[in-house]
Amino acid sequence: MAEFDLVMYEEEFTRIDEELQKLHQQANAKVLFLVDKNGQLIASAGDTHNIDTTALASLTAGNIAATGGIARLLGEREFTILFHEGEKDNIHISLIGQRVILVVIFDQRSSLGLVRLRVKKASEALTRIFDEISSKAEKEKAEGRLEESPFAEISDEDIDNLFR
Amino acid sequence: MSFINYSSREINCKIVYYGPGLCGKTTNLQYIYRKTNPDQKGKLISLATETERTLFFDFLPLALGDIRGFRVRFHLYTVPGQVFYAASRKLILKGVDGVVFVADSQIERMEANIESLEDLKINLAEQGYELEKLPFTVQHNKRDLPNVAPLEEMNSILNPNGIPFFEAVAMTGRGVFETLKNVAKQVLLELKKHY
Repeated sequence: MAEFDLVMYEEEFTRIDEELQKLHQQANAKVLFLVDKNGQLIASAGDTHNIDTTALASLTAGNIAATGGIARLLGEREFTILFHEGEKDNIHISLIGQRVILVVIFDQRSSLGLVRLRVKKASEALTRIFDEISSKAEKEKAEGRLEESPFAEISDEDIDNLFR
Repeated sequence: MSFINYSSREINCKIVYYGPGLCGKTTNLQYIYRKTNPDQKGKLISLATETERTLFFDFLPLALGDIRGFRVRFHLYTVPGQVFYAASRKLILKGVDGVVFVADSQIERMEANIESLEDLKINLAEQGYELEKLPFTVQHNKRDLPNVAPLEEMNSILNPNGIPFFEAVAMTGRGVFETLKNVAKQVLLELKKHY
């Protein structure tokens, strides 16, 4: 396969969650999402309750992918920040370490300047965490061990049961 | 590239429906959406033109159940089939775990099928994938129409390696879940191989 699967363990998840909570507070944001470039939601912070997070994750990734396509046409490697301004809410989307997408939704209680500043700080911390995740995955793969794999024992029956 | 989250105990896999314009990719997703329990599905998102042609993609998240304590989620995507949306199709294949090729069985669409399958191979290669190594299922759609090509002929052209194929009428749902189930099974068995 072209890339490694993303495998997230409790420990890294907790660290990511802490970073998001901190950013949520410092940037005075409404909601935060972390999405992988393929459109899967990794984590969130704030009140996500009225938001369809799965759809939002997929559309954000589509948005970043399309913007990346435009960038390449223009000879840019990537546009790392997208900003959408609405009547009440605004969305700040940024690429972190070429791998994950950070989405910050904020209203008039914050400002674009503050969000940009705080996102920049948080990006550095998150990049470090994701670097560690991929080096851990590579190491474990090389050593041929992955803790408590849920797949080793998958049977045809398990799969058939999904489609009952 | 599936996403395995030990923290929330979830596995997320991406399945892409590929095929020429008007072959029934979106119709497949619409049928799956209609026939799935509300608690197992998210919203069906369609980024389409005013004439209901797919512009960027359709997206349907499905959470069918648990395997060994892990919630298994499939994210189904379609690509825009029309030839000039090539750039968009490429983007949607990013991180794909399994592909369904929906072929239009009408004789006059055979050229379009061949072209689309070639396009799929090229786009996958650009991302470092090989179709032969990916979970892959072929669906011969629109079998209810009068002017369809014989199955043997379709398979010899579109499926020379003899991978699993299904006859379908996506409008009525015939073959739709069989196709999905087959590709999903291959995706999960692929995970088993890797972990």
